[in-house]
Order: sequence, then C-alpha cells, then structure tokens
Amino acid sequence: MWDLCTNALDTARLRGATYADVRMMHLRQRDLTTKNGQVGTLAQSESIGIGIRALAHGAWGFASTDRLTREGVSACAGEAVSIAKASSLAKRGDVEMVPEDAYVDSWQSPFRKDPFELPLENQLALLLAADAEMRRIKGVTLTEAGLQFRKIDSWFASSIGSRIHQRKLITGCGIAATSFQGGEIQKRSYPNSFGGQHALGGYELVESLDLLKHAPRVGEEAAALHSAAQCLEKTGTLILGGSQLGLQIHESVGHPIELDRVLGQEANFAGTSFLTLDQLNKLRYGSDIVNVVADARLEHGAGLGSFAYDDEGVPAQCTDIIKDGQFRGYLSNRETAHLIGLKRSSGTMRTESWNRLPIIRMTNISLNPGTWDFDDLIADTDDAILMETNRSWSIDDRRYQFQFSTEMGWEIKGGKKTRMLKNPSYSGITTEFWNSCDAICSRDHWTLWGTPNCGKGQPMQTMGTGHGAAPSRFRNVKIGSAFSNQ
Amino acid sequence: MSTSRKSGKSPAGKSTAPSAQLFPERELRRIIDTVLRLAKTTGADETEVHVDETADSLTRFANNAIHQNVAEHGLNVSIRTVVDHRTARATTNRIDEDSLRAAIEASLSLAHSQPKDPHLLPLPGKQRYRRVNRFLKDTAALTPEERARAVRRACDIAIQNGQVAAGIFASGLQQSALGNSRGLFAAYRETHAEFSITMQENPAASWAKANAASVRAFDPQQLARRASEKAHLAVDARELPPGRYTVVLEPAAVLDLVGFLFYDFAATALEDKRSCLNDRMGKPLFGKNISITDDAHHPLQLGAPFDGEGIPRQQVALVDCGVPKNLVYSRSSAKSAHKKPTGHGFALPNEYGEAPMNLVFAGGDSSLEKMAASTDRGLLVTRLWYIREVDPYEKVMTGMTRDGLFLIEKGKVTSAVRNFRFNQSILEMLRNVEQLGPAVRATGEEAFEMVVPAMKVRDFHFSEVTKF
Repeated sequence: MWDLCTNALDTARLRGATYADVRMMHLRQRDLTTKNGQVGTLAQSESIGIGIRALAHGAWGFASTDRLTREGVSACAGEAVSIAKASSLAKRGDVEMVPEDAYVDSWQSPFRKDPFELPLENQLALLLAADAEMRRIKGVTLTEAGLQFRKIDSWFASSIGSRIHQRKLITGCGIAATSFQGGEIQKRSYPNSFGGQHALGGYELVESLDLLKHAPRVGEEAAALHSAAQCLEKTGTLILGGSQLGLQIHESVGHPIELDRVLGQEANFAGTSFLTLDQLNKLRYGSDIVNVVADARLEHGAGLGSFAYDDEGVPAQCTDIIKDGQFRGYLSNRETAHLIGLKRSSGTMRTESWNRLPIIRMTNISLNPGTWDFDDLIADTDDAILMETNRSWSIDDRRYQFQFSTEMGWEIKGGKKTRMLKNPSYSGITTEFWNSCDAICSRDHWTLWGTPNCGKGQPMQTMGTGHGAAPSRFRNVKIGSAFSNQ
Repeated sequence: MSTSRKSGKSPAGKSTAPSAQLFPERELRRIIDTVLRLAKTTGADETEVHVDETADSLTRFANNAIHQNVAEHGLNVSIRTVVDHRTARATTNRIDEDSLRAAIEASLSLAHSQPKDPHLLPLPGKQRYRRVNRFLKDTAALTPEERARAVRRACDIAIQNGQVAAGIFASGLQQSALGNSRGLFAAYRETHAEFSITMQENPAASWAKANAASVRAFDPQQLARRASEKAHLAVDARELPPGRYTVVLEPAAVLDLVGFLFYDFAATALEDKRSCLNDRMGKPLFGKNISITDDAHHPLQLGAPFDGEGIPRQQVALVDCGVPKNLVYSRSSAKSAHKKPTGHGFALPNEYGEAPMNLVFAGGDSSLEKMAASTDRGLLVTRLWYIREVDPYEKVMTGMTRDGLFLIEKGKVTSAVRNFRFNQSILEMLRNVEQLGPAVRATGEEAFEMVVPAMKVRDFHFSEVTKF
C-alpha cells in the first residue's frame, strides 16, 4: 500500500505539484434486512482504490482510480496535477494552507465482536425474530428490521511526510413497524428512525440495544397512534427526546458551522450559512446552559464522527462551538483555518470513499449534558409536548428556519405524561430556538447518536456524523404547523 | 486490467485528453463470462452478473473561481448467486479471477445463511431490447480545460454584474452490462453533462441548471445570464404573510415535488401498504389535466432500457386524465398480482421491489410568461429546497422556496419575496393545476431528472416565512 502511495506522491511532485496527499481506502460493507418475515436485502460489497489530491499552479486537482498498479496510480497522479493546472485557468488567488506536522501512526477503532466474523445465521435469526414480534401486534401492516456493518481501512500519505493507517468498524441496527388504517399511515422505529442507531463498534452494539425486547412496544405504538389525539397547533413548551435533539443539533448547529459553507463554497448546492464571519465570538447562539462541542476524539465516545486523524492528516480535536450560549467556533480545514485567524485546522476534512475529495464535515457535534434527571424534568413541567423519534426534517439553505416532525408525541400536564399524540411537529428560527432552552438532562440520559446519511458536496458524498444529546426543554416553540391547513 | 487512458501532457491553457475511457462492450461480456464460468465450479444453481463502469469529471466553482476539480474512474462487478431457493449478492471492484471467485463465494455464503424462499423465481432467459443511442462523442471527449474555460466565462458574467458565482460543470460516461447463466445479456452506455450555477447578489441569489446526454444541449453562458438577471431582480425582497397563494412553479420546482411520487406507483409499495395509492387506484385523484407515463425510451430520458433482472422496460401509463390506472411490476410482484412484469424491478435481493424511474408528465402549451400574465396575484417559484415527507398517505411535503421567489400582481412580476416554508399535499396540488407548460427534461436537487412541465397551481400552502 505505502509503495503505491509513495509512487503517487513522487509522480505528483515530478509533474509539478507543490503539495499532494493520497488516500488509499478499502471499504467492506454487509447489509442484512428483513421485511414482513422475509429476508429483504442480503448483500456484501468491497471496494478498493486510491484518491490523489494535488496542488499545482496554486489550484487543486483530484483524481481517483481503482487501477492499483504502479502505472495506474502514476497515471492517476498525473491526471490530478493536470486537473489542478486546468483549475488555475479560473482561479482568483493561490491556495494557502496552514502548517501541520507530519505523523506516522496506525489506529483502530475499538470493538469487542467483529460482526464479519460472526455467524450470519444468528444475525438473520435476530432480525426475523424481531420482525415476528412486531407482526404479532394487531394493526401492524409492515415490519422492517436491518443490520449494517462497515469496515474501512484507509492509508493516508502526504508530501509533508505523513503516513497514517486507520481502521474503523461501524455497526448499525434498527427495527420499524408501520400501520396503515383508515386512510392514515403511522410508523414507530427503534432505537431511531431511518435505519436505527449507528456507531463505531462491533456486534456488541446490536446486543446492547436488545431489538427483541423493544419489538412488541414498537408494534403496539405504531398501531395505537391511529387512535391517539392529533397534536394541536399552538405556541408552547417542547421537550425533545435525545435522538430528535441529535438531528436538531445536526441541522441547526452542525451544518451552519461548516466553514466551507460559510465562505460560499457550497452556495450552489448545500447552501450557505447565517453564521457569517462577523458573528464569531459575538452571536448569542443559545441560552447560558447551551454548550456545544465538535469532538472527534475517542474520549468523547465511539461515534460516527470519531477518528484519530482527519482525511487531511490532522489529529482529532475538540473545538468549542457554543460556550455558555456564545458562538465560539467553526469547523475548518488547512485551507480555511487562516481565514478565521487560526494557526491550525480544526481537523474536520473527511471523505466518503477513495473516489471522493475530502471536504469539511461534521465530526461529533454534541450538546454537553446538563443537570436534570429526566423524571424531574417531566415533573417540573406543567404543560408541554414531548416529541420522540424523527419523522421528517427540513431547514432553509442558510439554516435559519426549520421544521421537524416526529413519530410520536406525549402530552405533559401537571408534571405527568398523560396521553399519546399523533403527527407532532415543531418549527422555528435557529437562534430563537436555542435561546429558549431552559433545561438539559444529565449525562445519565446522554447518548451519542449516529446520523449515517449526511449528504454534502458535489459529487454527493454521504458521511456518518455523531451527535451527543440528552432530552431537553425549550419554551415558546411553535408546535403543530406542519399539519395545520390555513 | 486497465482502461485505455491517455494522460494529458500539455500545460494549462492547452487541451489535454478527457479523463477516462470506458472498456469496450466485449470486455464487459468477458468479465461476465468469467464469473459465470467460475460460478459453475462453486456450486451455484444460477448466477447473475452486473458490471457497471463510470468515468466522471466535475469542475466546481465558488466565489468566481474553481475551488474543486475532480475525476474518477470505477468499475464494479456485482454477483448474485442462487442456490436451493436462496439468493444473495456480493460486489467487488477487483476483476482478477481470484477476487471474482472470492465474491462468488461470499455471495454463496450469504445465500446459504438464510431460510429457503419458496417464492424465489428462476432467472429470466434471453430478452430483446429496443436500441437507444445516448452516447455522444463530444460529451465523452470534454476536457478539464474546456470545462474550466466555460466556468471562467460564466464567472466573468458574474464579475461584470457585480455578483458572485458558484456551481458545477460536470460530464461523464457510464455503462452497464448484465448477464446470467440462462443466456441473458444486456448492455447500455450513455454520456451525461450538467451545468448548474447560483448567482449571488447580496443578499439575494438565483439559480439555473441543465442536464442532458449531450453537452451541446445547453449553453452554460446562457444559464449564467439567466441566473444573473434573476439574482438582480431578487435583491430587494419583501416579506409577505404565509397563507395560500396561486403559484407558477418552474419545471425544477415541479420536479422536486412530484419526484416524491415515483415509489408510490410500485406494486410492492401497495402490497406493503405504504403507498399513497392504496385504496385509490382507478378513482379520480388528480385533475383531468394530469397524465403520467413511465417511458425509459422517451427522447429526453436517460438510463438503461432494462431493469435489475434484465427485463426490458415497458412504457406504462400510470395516470390517465387524473386517474391512477397502472402500477409497475418486477417479475416477483407481477407474479403475486397475476400481471406481466413491466421491467421496473430493482436488482435482487431487495425489499422495495420496483419503481418507475423515467416519469414523463403530459405537458401543455402555456409559457411561464402566459401563466404569469393570467395571474392576478401569485408567486413565481424558481426552485424548492430540502423537501421531506410529512404525511405519507396524503403526500404532504414540507420544504422551502430558494433562489428566487417573486410576486406576480396583475399579470406582472412586481417584486422579490422572502422565502417561504410550504406544507403542501402533492395530491391536492395536482388537483389544483390550472395551466401546464410544455414538458421538458427538468433537473433539480431532490429528485432524479424527469420530464415535467411548469405548472400554475392555485391555493398552494405556505406555512411560515424565513429571514431572507
């Protein structure tokens, strides 16, 4: 591997690159799903190749290939340099990069049970058993269960001398029950919607989530939602469950702090950001109890945004994003860090695969835990809606105005959960919402949720991100407008 | 195994070769034959092989300069084995015999791990396909320098007008071949090109985009000028109250909404009771001016004329004068429903069955100008953004307007308007269509490309307004 990486760097330098880095990656994936008691998807894939990024004539070029011979890699490196020179035909200045040290290292994400080494029969049997438990419930019309495992090896080498090998093992699992009745479709999922929970780790994650135990409840709630009361439209108090709050963080904090977006590099596709550079250290993003970090270090947790080095060879870091409610930091890379006065990248360049250019991505963007016990929070709340498990999400292209709906809601009255509500939704303006936060549950209720499907970049890249969150309370939130019909 | 690749030797400013070329079809057939031969010796009852090869390039610009510029080449071999009424798939991008054999063995290992499926069908035999020609040499030959020069000209328009441009200019080649142990063989290749541009004039922006098999089908400078003019018009946006408005939706806005309907026409979606067409087939659901077909052979469409099992794609009349009439079927769902397969199945095994991928809406003869001229008070919508499903049965979608929302008063565009959030049922929307434009190949960001018209729609529901 390293010989080919060196060959690529040498060729790039000979062809005129002033800087180059390469990522050789080997990706393995296994997907198992069941639907209505039958095996759905049963597939495994592997892909190996190399991506070469070259800086020449002050501009970037990138080329990738699956031809892993000296000739193939040399041709690819030459193409990356040629593309860089073509880029210089439409440049407005030379690319500048903040310094970074060279590292020689090898790292592997922690796991106890490698799912690729465990019997497939047992994995399928678990899904079919959970599927059967959900189908036992009257009114359930569709049951789905899934497991996904990924093993990613990457070999990073750069012209400043870094040689870094990283291996990640990622596990995901989830179940869902859908009920069609009386012209209405209702759905419940566990442990999260859209594929469940995903994290760095092995099969022990699947075992810890005990899909079988939760399957009957998931089916019962899907069927019961049809007879639940409609969540009414009003302005009031909202309590968000952890997984929904994780997605709220993703959309209304994680994306707007991406410095490439702030600088207009995503203006044509993913959009820009309301967090213009003049807002740094000035904007009151949230209330005093809101503290958000971007933390890729393993000590933060084994999330989808955890690693030892980013795909630009920068070590994992923890960056304050919101400190005591104040906006404090962006996600940056070696090219953009100096534009906000930083001497070093915050280490957030990530790539989906060998054939994609690394771009600024979220790592683990987490809301630090507060002090409340969940039961105490409910008891302290006179009138509110508790919303759990995302159903839809949308936010404008500058990340001001958002709307989310969840699978299920609970009415809170007089400090108690009273009745189930269907079709709950809420909406708002990002900074108004975060400034209305008045209670965050403690670390006992905090989970590092995985979002495996974050899309960004052209060509599109899908990336996994982590979001630590505990149930939290927000005041004066607009509730129910998704289902209003003015 | 290697592609025939010519590396550019010229300095910037002179043309180099395109980034990659594809294998000849006979090489794909040779890979398939190799897999079928190897699979015979490993105990598979039947074997199906997909070979997909892509060579794509994309030049990305922002702040009036190229900031990302990429090229990729890749080839995947995906192998489905069948053994004793069980099936599974394994995919690799390594095409030496040892790697192909390993993929076959992985597929067999997965297949053996599951219970028998008594409903699993044998692989289909040879099929006949209608020829399509969507491989354009001038598009295949496009170089990074040509894309860079076109980008520079677009950025020059922005600079001349005091604006900031961002966008992409992409081109590529792809081919697919599918063969199986019953003698089926299908192959397809196409080129594609895309130009998309956002012009920003603080605090406003507007957008234009085109996508086609041929790079000659659109003019990047013309798209740049259109986006530039609209961005300038959008600068002084006024805030209007949310509510129901008559809207003139440009084709991209229509596409990104109606694109969410495509899976509802899958027979498997109805069987799973997750389609909005459950209990609604054969009954008037949309306005009489709405007719939808699925037609992979339509001259404005791209994509292979066969499905994931190699069945030829048929033209299917999905909606006729507002009434949903037909669904699409894979071989499996067709057998369950006692219908004929329509050639819309996904590669097996999967849990979704099939879907129409080449929707064509019947159009009308109203231009955008005519729609606006007939509107006393309404909104002209350039594009929509971040659309998600709120209610799957009533097909209520939420999302935002983006990059150019304009007020129409007494038949004329009078001012720009701050962007709205909408919560709108697509079913209701397609009952409220008052005028249709000619159907065009539309391209947006939420749905894959389809042939749809601009639409004038009454009572479109905007629920909230944002800050810009």
